[in-house]
Amino acid sequence: MEIYLPIAEVSLDVFVLLALGGAVGFLSGVFGVGGGFLLTPFLIFIGVPPAVAVASSANQLVGASVSGVLAHWRRGNVDFKMGLILLIGGFLGSLLGVWLFGLLRRIGQVELVINLCFVLLLGTLGALMLIEGTRTLMRRRKLGAPRRKLHQHIWVHGLPLKMRFRRSKLYISALLPLGLGFLIGILSAIMGIGGGFVMVPAMIYLLGMPTVIVPGTSLFQIIFVAATVTVLQAINNRTVDAVLALLLLIGGVLGAQIGTRMGSRLRGDQLRIMLAVLVLAVAVKLAVDMTATPEQLYSATVVQ
Amino acid sequence: MSARILLSLLFMLAAGAARGEPLVADLTSHLIGITGGFAGTSVVLFGATDGPGDVVVVVRGPEHDVAVRRKRRVAGIWVNAKEAVFTGVPSFYSIASSRPLDAVTTPAVRSFHQLGLDYLRLQLDRGPLREEDTPFREALIQTQQHEKLFSETVGRVDFLGDRLFRASLSFPANVPTGTYLVEVFLIRNKAVVSGQTTPLVISKIGVDAEIYDFADRRAALYGLVAVATAMVAGWLASVPFRNA
Repeated sequence: MEIYLPIAEVSLDVFVLLALGGAVGFLSGVFGVGGGFLLTPFLIFIGVPPAVAVASSANQLVGASVSGVLAHWRRGNVDFKMGLILLIGGFLGSLLGVWLFGLLRRIGQVELVINLCFVLLLGTLGALMLIEGTRTLMRRRKLGAPRRKLHQHIWVHGLPLKMRFRRSKLYISALLPLGLGFLIGILSAIMGIGGGFVMVPAMIYLLGMPTVIVPGTSLFQIIFVAATVTVLQAINNRTVDAVLALLLLIGGVLGAQIGTRMGSRLRGDQLRIMLAVLVLAVAVKLAVDMTATPEQLYSATVVQ
Repeated sequence: MSARILLSLLFMLAAGAARGEPLVADLTSHLIGITGGFAGTSVVLFGATDGPGDVVVVVRGPEHDVAVRRKRRVAGIWVNAKEAVFTGVPSFYSIASSRPLDAVTTPAVRSFHQLGLDYLRLQLDRGPLREEDTPFREALIQTQQHEKLFSETVGRVDFLGDRLFRASLSFPANVPTGTYLVEVFLIRNKAVVSGQTTPLVISKIGVDAEIYDFADRRAALYGLVAVATAMVAGWLASVPFRNA
């Protein structure tokens, strides 16, 4: 059943969109990351214009994060103070990001930058996860291997403006979450992702937050960053397709519930390796597309 | 439908003859509505002339600016490099004629009335086209032809006898919205002896049109509504699983 998406101005199959939302939701349920980093490239694969794919993914993300945060909040696993500091950084970052996005669109390089960002981020991340996952798997086979230290002191802990975060049991510089939020805000605007897959490792390894607090806090701030990005994209670039976002959301919510149940039955390091392979596959597909000789050397775009 | 067209034709023929007009033509519909399942459509143009001659029909969509970019390989990846911005490009252009245009008229006439894709007057934002811009012009026309937005067809204007003619004007699914102009020319001895212009409106109708309009006119409010909808949907979704 085809549906005409009013902003994307393409007709797509409703069930393909529901299934895509479901698959991404399933992944987010299994792995605990938002899945936006897979959603945007897949939307582009099925023919949604990249600019619309990015902005509508951000819109979908708002709903998906609300749903996720509520679940974590009920278990008391959200550090609101940390979330707020991340959020201020995220807000500033998304302002810069949306402006940058509009600029890139005017000079005709937005698709290049979106694709490049995805290849670089997914490639690095997939490789790191694969190495880490394989190592843990091997370490477990060798009994008596030394455990890694939970909290290490590095240069970032010497920064000024120290603040106490009770829920996370941390006393660190506010500049850290502020900067991290800023970076994620830019990524969110340019790539339509919540940045969970960058944020979650950064919160654990860079900030040193307890793992149980991380997903809820990350999702909490993503709601607001994604909401800011959605509104700014709607105003500056007119690229938010609410119908597309809603369809993805419906599929996503169902997928997430199935995913969460599956996730609890599978083993952690096996999951991480599976995710790493998936992430790498998307990166490779995007990279191959970028280097392949295009069918048309010329492209025509309507300018406002 | 055909009975109605025939009746209208007879009426027009009578009226045209009475007023001594060499050419009368009209469309079966002046409005095309694009709805959710729109997959392209066609509109019939019919008319009458006061004697033998050739008929050329040009359909032009609203004008807009188009940036044509050429990709170049930089460090292994293809990036948009050179750019030419064309101004006042018709968003849709199709031409149909009763006989091949070359046989019907001269290049001078074609150029004056912009009859045919080769005769479209295209301008760049920085002035008239230069020699080195030719590939960009060709690329623009090719891309639009590939998108089915530009087309040249011969023989789609059919004469029923000497004086009555009809043409089927087709529009693809991706047709841009706006006010179109349908120009009908009557050509005799290689010169245009009469012409008539009829408007045709193509617009989105229904829910999709309302969403598009809303997103365009009240962008900030649309953004907020989109966010609120997503939030409510996310909250609703978590309710059934509260105790899970």
